[in-house]
Amino acid sequence: MSGALVSPDLFTLCKVLVGGILRILSDGVLAATPVGSPVEGLRGLGYFLVEDWLVTLLAWVVAITIMVTWAAAIQLLTIMWMERKFYARLQDRYGIMVSIWSLPFWPFSWWAKRRNKPTHRGLGYLQNVADGVKLIQKENITPASADRAMFHTAPVMIASSTILIFAALPFSEGFVIANVPLSLLFILATFSIAPLGILIAGWASNNKYSLIGGMRAAAQLMAYEIPLLLAIVAVLIYSGTLNVIDIVQRQEVPLAASGPLSYIPSWNIFSIPQFIGFAVFFVAIMAEMERIPFDIPEAEAELVEGWTTEYTGMRFGLVFGFKWLRALAGSALVVILYFGGWSGPVFTTLTPYVGGTAIPIPIIPHEVWFLLKVYFVFLIFVWISWSVPRVRIDQILNIGWKKLIPLSLLAIIVAAVFAAFGPYLGGIR
Amino acid sequence: MAEFWVNMGPQHPMTHGLWNMRVKISGETITDAEPEIGYLHRGYEKIMEVREFQKNVVLTDRLCYVSSVTWSHAYALACEKMMGLEVPPRGQWIRVISLEIQRLASHLMWLAAYGPDLGLLTALLWALRERELFLDLLQLLTGARMNQNFPRVGGVRNDLPPDFDKYCAKIIKHFRGKLDEYKRLMHDSKIFRMRTQGVGRISAADAIDWGVTGPNLRACGVDVDLRRLEPYETYDEVDFEPQVWKGGDGGDSYARFICRFNEMRESCDIIEQAVKKIPAGPYRAKAPRRAEGEGFARTEDSRGEALFYVIGDGDDRPYRVKIRSPVYCTMAATPLMLRGNKMADVVSILGSVDVCVGEMDK
Repeated sequence: MSGALVSPDLFTLCKVLVGGILRILSDGVLAATPVGSPVEGLRGLGYFLVEDWLVTLLAWVVAITIMVTWAAAIQLLTIMWMERKFYARLQDRYGIMVSIWSLPFWPFSWWAKRRNKPTHRGLGYLQNVADGVKLIQKENITPASADRAMFHTAPVMIASSTILIFAALPFSEGFVIANVPLSLLFILATFSIAPLGILIAGWASNNKYSLIGGMRAAAQLMAYEIPLLLAIVAVLIYSGTLNVIDIVQRQEVPLAASGPLSYIPSWNIFSIPQFIGFAVFFVAIMAEMERIPFDIPEAEAELVEGWTTEYTGMRFGLVFGFKWLRALAGSALVVILYFGGWSGPVFTTLTPYVGGTAIPIPIIPHEVWFLLKVYFVFLIFVWISWSVPRVRIDQILNIGWKKLIPLSLLAIIVAAVFAAFGPYLGGIR
Repeated sequence: MAEFWVNMGPQHPMTHGLWNMRVKISGETITDAEPEIGYLHRGYEKIMEVREFQKNVVLTDRLCYVSSVTWSHAYALACEKMMGLEVPPRGQWIRVISLEIQRLASHLMWLAAYGPDLGLLTALLWALRERELFLDLLQLLTGARMNQNFPRVGGVRNDLPPDFDKYCAKIIKHFRGKLDEYKRLMHDSKIFRMRTQGVGRISAADAIDWGVTGPNLRACGVDVDLRRLEPYETYDEVDFEPQVWKGGDGGDSYARFICRFNEMRESCDIIEQAVKKIPAGPYRAKAPRRAEGEGFARTEDSRGEALFYVIGDGDDRPYRVKIRSPVYCTMAATPLMLRGNKMADVVSILGSVDVCVGEMDK
């Protein structure tokens, strides 16, 4: 039963698409260059276009482009918009309102004037685009005493490692570029490259605030990587695999074979040890995202802008905007590990019989369920971060080392006991 | 890590105004601190010598731009004492009302600034939202939102507008509910208490020695409120309780926060009583153009004890004016509060002190 729009997977779809297009092109070339004509030598091009390696290569390019556009452009803009709109409402104001009618050139301005539309009272989705355009136009200043090479490397490192997460992060069982066996390990490894970039950025800026910010980032992220990984170990005991798609599929089965519990899926959050692990993971991933209670690396009150102080223009845009991409990846991880990923209620699939065979048609496809859950988790993050003050560096490390690590160890032990003796204890989980 | 000095200022998000806090840090711990002030020095005491008594109110308004009325009132009070002038009762009551509204607006500005200091931007917008209401009241009363130019030597500029008591009652009723909201947002939050409790502690003896006054001294447990100790205007006729920290270990950022925060409730009480008790009559006495003698007035400003010392030599302008700014003295004590704390506590401490650079640099 597949409920995903992208099925069986993104690469296969792209390969069918690219192969079809290339086949048409190839046929065209072959038809235009019949044997015996003066351009017969071009027939080789027609055969070349349907070479399997070329189709595969182009299919990969298309698949990666689709994924990056989807994740790094569309989803990034969407969650930035959601955050800005949501916390604006928390703060009793409208928030961003630039819309398509705010564009100051034809045909939008003309149309807005003609229809008497308010130009700056839209939904505000285009505000982040406008900010990006503004940042691109700005000058890129490199401080005179900065370590130039490292200063320029750090944003690239942060941005590229963040995009790399989406090589293995699925949006549904099919909507993923590479379904590798150890994808969870890959995601977490790429997730923790960015702190290195932050440390480099802080050091290379040759600025006291940046240096302190970079050092804080190193200390904080080191302290929070460990509980993060330990909390995942508890999940692994239950799921027995490091593949995120398999982890989700383990959560799709009902909680019980019969009775009222059979309507509840066996999401990890509904089990006792995983709930402890979830609490740890939630806090730790919040620290990894550098959201407000834990955003001490760029505590703007005391460190100006922390490690991003010396960055200007689009370089600042990169290091600043990619926090949201990390937030997206973090929320997606929470959903995958604890909220059953893209599995939605069962009534989402229609199975009409067409020609005697049942064809599943998802009414609300898995991608939509997944995004809804991700947005929900992300909004909880936003809600928390705009209603609490910032924690101090020593307190943050205390929470990490003294509270989260013991808790995650507890989660592992309880999960191990339940996994070993659960069947004898009445199926407790 | 080696120790080094970090400039927190003059252009830094921590400084609400133009000044520089140099802190020497070893790792994250502050080992020494040194405030550098004077960026905004405008030579107030000198400029005031060349302006007439009444015209100086325009200047004193700008001493602290978030607390204009209280400063102008202190100046007017000193001039009246020099001239031996008696302000009519209605004028005194109007002064009390405007002072307390101004104190509320000032404290709300402080609350608004303290939120982002701790990373809580929501507090900024919430507090500014309610500050708007009190600025509206001030605008109704004085005609301006900022730099009201309202107190006069001998009284106030104008009478209360019609239905002012109703507006006051309505806004204060609304504001009381909002205060509970702030409480839930700020000092009910565990993280807020983690950031403020036990941070920036100064003992009562030290605070007195260094000349700390106002809510910052009351947070150390010392019961000084000039509105009670040395009542000026009609403060002896209203019933309110000076907010003093009652717990054992005061003097930290949390105590300062609580004292200031609760002062807002007291100000609400005072306004409510004042609009009821205000008598009819004239609101301003005719002030002499020239005066000779010495006038000395100290009032409870929003930030501490404001003092004006005015000498007239028979001319129509003061011979000499001395201003004692509470923040100026408190600033001298900030290294004491800062030492030994973490770097992130600089904002938590200096935010709770409530710095206003305009009056500090004079």
